[in-house]
Amino acid sequence: MRTDPIILGTAFGYLALLFVVAAWGDRRAEQGRSLIGSPTVYALSIAVYCTAWTFYGSVGRAAEHGPSFLLIYLGPTLAMLLAPSVIRKMVRIAARQRITSIADFISARYGKNTTLGALVALMALISITPYIALQLKAITVSHAVLINYPHTADTTLIDERFWMDKSLWIALVLAVFIILFGTRHLDASERHEGMVAAIALESLVKLVAFMAVGIFVVFVMFEGPAALFAEVAATPALMNSMSLDSVPGGATGWVGMLALAFLAFLTLPRQFQVLVVENVDEQHLTRASWLFPLYMLLINLFVIPIALAGLLLGVSAGDPDSFVLTLPLSAGLEGLPLLVFIGGLSAATGMVIVETIALSTMVSNQLVMPLLLRSKRLHLSTKGELAGWLLGIRRIAIVLILLLGYLYHALIGDSYSLVTIGLVSFAGAAQFAPALLIGLYWRGATRQGATLGLIAGFLVWCYTLLLPGFAQSGWLSATLLTEGPWGIAWLMPYGLFGLENWDIYSHSLLWSMLANIGLLVGVSLFTRPSPLEQTQAALFTEAMHPNLQTTSLWRGQTTQGALKELLIRYLGVQTTQRVFRHNGNKHTFVPDETAPPELITRSEQALAGALGSASARVLINSVVRGEALDIEAILSILDTTSQTIEYNRRLEQKSQELAQIGEELRSANERLRELDRLKDEFVAMVSHELRTPLTSIRAFAEILRDSGQLPDEKRKHFLGVIVHESQRLSRLIEEILDLARLESGRLTLNPKPLDLATLARHSINAIAHLHEEHGIALEVTIEADPAMVIGDHDRLEQVIINLLDNAGKFADRQQPKVRLALYRHRRHFRLSVEDNGPGIGIEERERVFEKFHQIQQDGDIPQGRPKGSGLGLPISRGIIAHLGGRLWVEDAKHLGGACLTLELPAAPDDSSGKDSHLIKDDSSA
Amino acid sequence: MKPSGAQSRKAERLIALVAVTLLLFCPPLIIVVDRLPSLSVGWLPLYLFIAWAVVIGLTAWLMEHRAGR
Repeated sequence: MRTDPIILGTAFGYLALLFVVAAWGDRRAEQGRSLIGSPTVYALSIAVYCTAWTFYGSVGRAAEHGPSFLLIYLGPTLAMLLAPSVIRKMVRIAARQRITSIADFISARYGKNTTLGALVALMALISITPYIALQLKAITVSHAVLINYPHTADTTLIDERFWMDKSLWIALVLAVFIILFGTRHLDASERHEGMVAAIALESLVKLVAFMAVGIFVVFVMFEGPAALFAEVAATPALMNSMSLDSVPGGATGWVGMLALAFLAFLTLPRQFQVLVVENVDEQHLTRASWLFPLYMLLINLFVIPIALAGLLLGVSAGDPDSFVLTLPLSAGLEGLPLLVFIGGLSAATGMVIVETIALSTMVSNQLVMPLLLRSKRLHLSTKGELAGWLLGIRRIAIVLILLLGYLYHALIGDSYSLVTIGLVSFAGAAQFAPALLIGLYWRGATRQGATLGLIAGFLVWCYTLLLPGFAQSGWLSATLLTEGPWGIAWLMPYGLFGLENWDIYSHSLLWSMLANIGLLVGVSLFTRPSPLEQTQAALFTEAMHPNLQTTSLWRGQTTQGALKELLIRYLGVQTTQRVFRHNGNKHTFVPDETAPPELITRSEQALAGALGSASARVLINSVVRGEALDIEAILSILDTTSQTIEYNRRLEQKSQELAQIGEELRSANERLRELDRLKDEFVAMVSHELRTPLTSIRAFAEILRDSGQLPDEKRKHFLGVIVHESQRLSRLIEEILDLARLESGRLTLNPKPLDLATLARHSINAIAHLHEEHGIALEVTIEADPAMVIGDHDRLEQVIINLLDNAGKFADRQQPKVRLALYRHRRHFRLSVEDNGPGIGIEERERVFEKFHQIQQDGDIPQGRPKGSGLGLPISRGIIAHLGGRLWVEDAKHLGGACLTLELPAAPDDSSGKDSHLIKDDSSA
Repeated sequence: MKPSGAQSRKAERLIALVAVTLLLFCPPLIIVVDRLPSLSVGWLPLYLFIAWAVVIGLTAWLMEHRAGR
C-alpha cells in the first residue's frame, strides 16, 4: 500500500475533497444558507492553530523537552478565556471598520497610516514565511518516511530534483485552491465561507487521525495506559523525561513560553484571519472560548503516551518528530499510517491556506496598493477599472508567497527542526502584540511610539533568534553564538547583557518586549497624535461603548458622481451599485448633487474592505474636499452617549425613588385617615364621657332648684353627687389635657433620681382608704429596697395609683385581692400590680392601652360603665415611655387575674447620692 | 438594570477564572506538583491535563449557563 501512486492518489484525492467542500460552502453562502453560521464550525476553524507542527512536532518536543509542548496550547487557552472581552472588541472594530488583516488593524488604529501597515506586513512576511516552509517540509518529510520506512527519510531528500519534491506540487495545488477560494471576492473583509468550511473539515480530519494513532499506540501496542506507564517506570532513562527539569529554561522558560504562546495566538496573521476577519457572529466567541481549548486538549491527550512509546522502542522509531508515523509503521500497519499522513497533510494545508490568504491580503493592501497609489502616473492616467488589477495583484502575491515558502524550505529548511522554526515565527509575530493590545485600551498610544516599538522589537527578535538560526545553519560564523560579535561577550545573541542560561525564546521575548513596549509607551508619552489618529484611537478604545453608532465621520464635500466614478474604478460596477443601493430611501442618483456623509463613509468602508483602510483613506481624500470629523467631534459623540446613559440611569433611580416615596405617601395618607377616624371617635367619646357627669350634675341641680322643700339629708346627698360628678369632670378634663400634652410632646416631666420603693408605699397609703372601703385585700412585696430610678415623682405616683385603682376595679367581686410587687430585673426595676379578677385575654392586652377602651368582661352581668374615664392606662403608658421605661399586661402569676407591669431603668450609681436622700426625706415628710 | 448586573457578575467571574488559570499553570504550583514523589513519569503531566480540563469545564459552565441571555 505504501507505493507512490496510492499515497499521492490519496493526498490529491483529499485535496480534491477540500475543493468540493469549499465550492459547496461558497454555493451555500451565495444562497444565503451559510455553512459556517455555527459556533462549532467557528471553533473548528480556529483550530487551524494546530498545524503540522502540532501534528508531528508536539510528540518530538515532548520526547525531547518533556511537558513544555503543552505551553503552546495553554497560552491560547488563556487567550480564549479573554475572548469575550478582548477578542470581541477586536471583532467589533474589524466589522465596523472593514478591517482585512492584522496589518490593516494596526495601521487603522494609528491613524490609517500607510507606513505602519507596510511595516507590519513586511515583518509578518519575514517571520511567517519560514513557518509556511515548515508545513511544506512536514509534508515532504512525512511522505518520505511513509515511502522509505524502515530506512531513514532524510537522506533521500537532498538527492532529489526539485520537481520530484512532492511538496512543490502540493504547494502549487494549494496555490490554485487559494486563488480559487481565497480571491473570489475583491472585498477581503467579506468572508471566505467556502475556505472556512474546508478548514473546519481539516481540523476534524487531523483530530481524528491523531486520536486514532494515540488509541492504537496505547491500547493495541501497549494494552492500555497502565501497561505503558509500567514499562516507562521500569526504564530509568525515562523516569524524569516528563518533569520540569526537562523543560528548557526550567520555571523561567515555562513562564516565557506560556507568555509567548499567549501573545502569538492573538497576533499570528492566520489566527487573526479566522478569529477576527472570518468571524460571522460575535456570539460565536462564547462557544469557541471553551470548545477550542477542548479541541486542543483532545489533540494533545495522546502526545505523551506516543512520545514515551517512541522512546521505549528506541532506534526503530527513528526521529521523534516522526513518531506519529513510525509507530504504526513499525507495527506493520498500512492503512493507519496513510490516515496519519492525511491528518498531517490536513494540518499543513489548513495552515498554509489561511496564512497565505492573510499574507497575500497584507502584501496587496499594505505593500503594493499604497505604492501604486503613490505613483502619480498610474493614479492619474489609468482609466477604466482597476478592480481586475487588484485581484491580479493578490493572486500573484499568493503564488509568490507559496514559492517563497517553498524556496525557504528547499534551501535552509533542513537545518532546523520543526519546533525551532515554529517558535521563531511565534516570537516574530508576538512583536505585534504591544501595538495591538495596548492600542486597544490606551488612547494615548501614538503612531510614532507604535512604529518605533515595532521596529525595535523586531530588530531584537532578528538578533536574538533569527541570526543565531543562520549561525547554526552555518551561514554565519558559529563564534557569534559562543563568543559574541567581535568577541564582545555581553552581546552574545543567546545571552544578551550577560543574561545567560535562559531558554532562548524567553530570552528573546524578554528583550524584544522590553524594547517594544518601552519605546511604544515612552515615545507615545512625548509625541502628539494627529487629529485622525486621535479619532481612530477613540473609536478603537471605545469600541465596546454601547450605542456608539457608525456615525459618519466625514464632513467634507464631494458630488455623488465623483464618488461613484471612484468606486467603479476600484471596485467594479456591481459592488458600486450595491454601495449606492444601500443609500437609505434616496434611490435617485444625481451625479451633480452633494454626496451625503453616510454615503462617503460607506464608500470608504467598501474601499477599505478591498484595499485596506490606509489606501481607502487616500482615495477618498482624493475626491472629498474637507476634513474628516476630528477628535473633539468623536469625543463629543461618545460623551453624549455616555451622558445619555448616565441620564437614563439617574432617571431610573429617580423613578424608583419616586415610586418608593409614593408608596410611603400612600401609607402615610392611610395612617392620617385612620388618625382622623380615631380623632372623630375620640371627640365622640370625650363628649359622651363629659355629657354623663354634666347630665348628672344638671339633673341634680334642677331637682335642687325646683323642689324647695327637700329634706336636708336628701339635699346633702344630691349636693354630694354634684360635687362628686364635678370632681370626675375636672379629673376627666385634667386627663384629656394630659393626653393632649403627652401626644403633642409638650408634657413636662421633672425627672430626678427617686426611690421607687418609697414612692410605691406612698401611693399605697394614698389609695388605702379607697381599698378599705371596698374591702380589697392588698398584699405588698417589695424585694428591691431602695429601688433608685430617674423619674417624675408626681407623675409616677399618678401611674401607680392608677394601676392600683384599676386592679381594685377589676378584682374579684366577692374576695377582691390586689398584689403589688417591686423587684429588680437585670438593670431595671419592675413594679407589677396583680388582681384576682378574670384577667385580660391575649388579644386584648395591647388594646387596653387605647383611649376609652373597655374590656369586655365575659359572663359578667353588665353593671354599668366601669369607673374611670378609660384614659388612665394610655396616659400611664405615655408617662412611663417618656421616662424610658415600658408598661405592659401579662398573666398574674400569684393571683391569677391580670398583671400590669411597669419597668424603669435603674438609676446610675452616682446619682443615688444626695438627691435620693432629698426625695426620701421629701416623700417621707 | 438587571441584565447589566448579571453581565458584570459574569465579567467578574471571568476575571477570577483567568487569575485561577494563571495560578494553576504558573511556576509556584507547577514546581510543587513537579516535586511530588512519584512512581512513573511524575505527576506534572497528569496535573496539567486535569487542571486544563477543569479550566475548560469552568469556562464552559460560565459561558453556557444563562445561555438564553
